[in-house]
Amino acid sequence: MIVVNGQPSDVDAGQTVTDVLERLGVEPGARGVAVAVDGEVVPRSQWPRFALAPEARVEVLTAMQGG
Amino acid sequence: MDEPTVTEGARADGPTAGPRTEDHLTIAGRTFRSRLILGTGGFSTLQALASSLAASGAELATVALRRIDTTQRGSVLTVLEEAGVRVLPNTAGCYTARDAVVTARLARDGLDTNWIKLEVIGDERTLLPDPAELLVAAEQLVDEGFVVLPYTSDDPVLARRLEDIGCAAVMPLGSPIGSGMGIRNAYNLGLIREQAGVPVILDAGIGTASDAALAMELGCDGVLCASAIARAEDPVAMARAIAGAVQAGHLARRAGRIPRRLYAQASTQERGLADFS
Repeated sequence: MIVVNGQPSDVDAGQTVTDVLERLGVEPGARGVAVAVDGEVVPRSQWPRFALAPEARVEVLTAMQGG
Repeated sequence: MDEPTVTEGARADGPTAGPRTEDHLTIAGRTFRSRLILGTGGFSTLQALASSLAASGAELATVALRRIDTTQRGSVLTVLEEAGVRVLPNTAGCYTARDAVVTARLARDGLDTNWIKLEVIGDERTLLPDPAELLVAAEQLVDEGFVVLPYTSDDPVLARRLEDIGCAAVMPLGSPIGSGMGIRNAYNLGLIREQAGVPVILDAGIGTASDAALAMELGCDGVLCASAIARAEDPVAMARAIAGAVQAGHLARRAGRIPRRLYAQASTQERGLADFS
């Protein structure tokens, strides 16, 4: 089961980071968004091609107030 | 510290006017007129942040990286962009070098900047930095081409190590984050300032304007402030106060204060004193 931002997700294995973002309602080309899969950065340029493994843990982050 | 040169016709009147020198804060080759850096954490609304940001005159502001919330209206990035303020992402919330390094890489990819305010925390209650993890993270990030601005303790040895491994500045705390206790160890801060070849930015613990002024009088090149402004009763007024304090403290430092003496030194000459006996 793929986990997105700490929550179980019904994203299927083999779907891409772009698919995850679409499901989250993140605008394509949204600024200020960064993605990590299993603790490693997936650069923006790779989002459309990066296919998720069955137990992938995805973090979709953005800039918030802080510091 | 080099003495600034004063150009002809420089005005000396007014609280913020001063010699017209190239007296900007320079970090990693980039200059800022304001020596106050604003932390965006703690403001109750984005509007409150925007107003305080304007009042502060800050040209650099920190942001944290957190899970996206698509229900949130507006964004801190938009506020900063509209204000023309440069974004400085931080690794707030990271307790390990690994987490901090991954966060920094994410910030670089998402925010298109290689600048990172590096925080690696060692203790939940005090939010004091973990020196060991901090050094590991800083070295790794410098290697990866980041401009690293590390939040550090007031230990001069740690500050020197951070500079030696290539950090672009050192950011010693005055006291714990959000504590408002001001500068706990002015002596150490002075030692850090004495030895540092990179900018020294007081970061954490400022409670009110006098703390910021003291930091600058001790020789800091700038001050980062969040809670003192965001959680003040009147954040806009406090932003203005702290901006003024940073300017005043910096000018006072450059003006060269009198030394402290144990005993009085009369400011009025004795010659010409009347005798009424």
